Amino acid sequence: MLTLSHVFLLLGALFLGAAILNLRERRWATAGFWAIVAVPLVAGDPILAAAKAGTRWPAQAMGAGVIALAVLATLGGRGGRRAPGAAAIAAANAAAIDAAAIDAAREASASRLRGWLFVPALAIPAIMIAVLRGAPYLTLRGAPLIDPAQVPLIALGLAATLALILALVVTRSQPIHGLTEGRRLLDSIGWAAVLPMLLATLGTVFTATGVGDAIAHLVGAVIPTDSRIACLVAYGLGMVVFTAIMGNAFAAFPVMTAGIGLPLLVHGHGANPAALGSLGMLTGYCGTLLTPMAANFNVVPVLLLELRDEYSVIRMQWPTAIALIATNLIVMSMVLF
Amino acid sequence: MTAHVTGYAPLLGVAVVVVGFALKRNPVLIVVLAGLVSGVAAGLSPGDLLARLGTAFVESRTLLLFALTLPVIGVLERAGLREHARRWIAGFARLTLARLLIGYLALRQVLSMFGLIHIAGHPQTVRPLLAPMSEATASRALGPLDDDARERVRALAAATDNVGVFFGEDVFLAFGAVLLIQRFYDGQGLHLEPTQIAIWALPTAIAAFVIHSARIVVFQARLRRRLAARGAEPSASSAASPPPHEPPGTGA
Repeated sequence: MLTLSHVFLLLGALFLGAAILNLRERRWATAGFWAIVAVPLVAGDPILAAAKAGTRWPAQAMGAGVIALAVLATLGGRGGRRAPGAAAIAAANAAAIDAAAIDAAREASASRLRGWLFVPALAIPAIMIAVLRGAPYLTLRGAPLIDPAQVPLIALGLAATLALILALVVTRSQPIHGLTEGRRLLDSIGWAAVLPMLLATLGTVFTATGVGDAIAHLVGAVIPTDSRIACLVAYGLGMVVFTAIMGNAFAAFPVMTAGIGLPLLVHGHGANPAALGSLGMLTGYCGTLLTPMAANFNVVPVLLLELRDEYSVIRMQWPTAIALIATNLIVMSMVLF
Repeated sequence: MTAHVTGYAPLLGVAVVVVGFALKRNPVLIVVLAGLVSGVAAGLSPGDLLARLGTAFVESRTLLLFALTLPVIGVLERAGLREHARRWIAGFARLTLARLLIGYLALRQVLSMFGLIHIAGHPQTVRPLLAPMSEATASRALGPLDDDARERVRALAAATDNVGVFFGEDVFLAFGAVLLIQRFYDGQGLHLEPTQIAIWALPTAIAAFVIHSARIVVFQARLRRRLAARGAEPSASSAASPPPHEPPGTGA
């Protein structure tokens, strides 16, 4: 049976490959960074199994790895910039000539392949939909071929693999180009690739150490709880602010809803819990639009699109976010009670 | 592990996040430091803290899956995907920047309403397709873009993808967020059906579409005015030079 573990192994191979390519170019920090990121993908299952069985050193070593990531990220996980010496300038000039040649080759290739270039890109969603729809029927002697619990993510893995093969055929590239081009994009994203993971990690540490309860306490202590509008605004803005700090509405939701939503709004003022949950979560999403902590949405595109200002994307989003926060608060005040 | 350690001391971790950002330190460093500070403030032993960091890091590895599509996109880009996307879209004479982005917004919202969240995104659609197409339509209709205009058009394309995926999610199919909400309420002894929760995402989905579409239209109007004002200046001769679709940077 195809499981998520297989997808993780495949992805781990990409990160290890990126580490090796960087190692060969003596970019030590970047190589070390990707090697550590590969560990949870390649050895994640044994680490979790050992932790469950009471053997803690593998998990502790991974924890030390997380700290090492922080150090390596500050050393220039994005390829490291040193003061350019004469050799570096010469290399840069050679690279510029190379780049012009590559640009010309790309233009020529684009003219030759034309619409065929879209086929592998569009194959990703097409294969995903096919796998999502077809998974229940894919069985071998009664056993499912695809782990039913993880179909969407396995579908993504299958689609990415098949589309890569298609892309290599269509463009007549060498298979190694899958790795070198994947590595090029990974290096351009750099540390922002792991920030979402680290924020999720921080979220569980915050939960375990009672940060959420402390915040809910503080907020509960300063708002006039007999005003349902005050409670509603505190809940909505609390979702926005805590989401902005954590970079993720999923981390803010249990904290704010257990601290304010349930006791004050649902139990205190009889709010509809289904509408409160849904609209509260989406108000948190507005916070995601506002924060650099939501790296995969707001920082990764800055790097991928080669933007100069690290807040460009957030600048484009904040008016939409503010208008939506106001809309959600108004809708909640009308439908909740 | 006790869930409720006493007092406000662990809040120091939140303070680290806020101060770290104010000082513009590397976010990875800030986040790891915040976790360590919170753990120490709550009285976790170093061994416990390391084990907890390690386990939580492994458990959140699904967040790396976005990187799966990078090799395909990279190979296609090397063969000229972005260049072709730009030329192809320029062939649609009546397509404007606003129509392109609003169309993409609608498509992204509808797809993610049905749970198809990962089929688009910054690596797989915005960088290779939407951003170059946006630049090409904008420059065809409004004249060549300067660096500033190009940057803003690209950023708007990325922002549009975010708004589309966030506020389409969870309307019809019970996916990530709806299940999280349901599980949370379950744990509190309140039993709700996923569809009951999901339907309340509809008002926000509609509002997000209307608000962001209006902003796209305003953006286009402003861009037109700004580029027209620039074109009216004496240096207009350079604005009339032929190649409107210059390649963006070297992709390095």
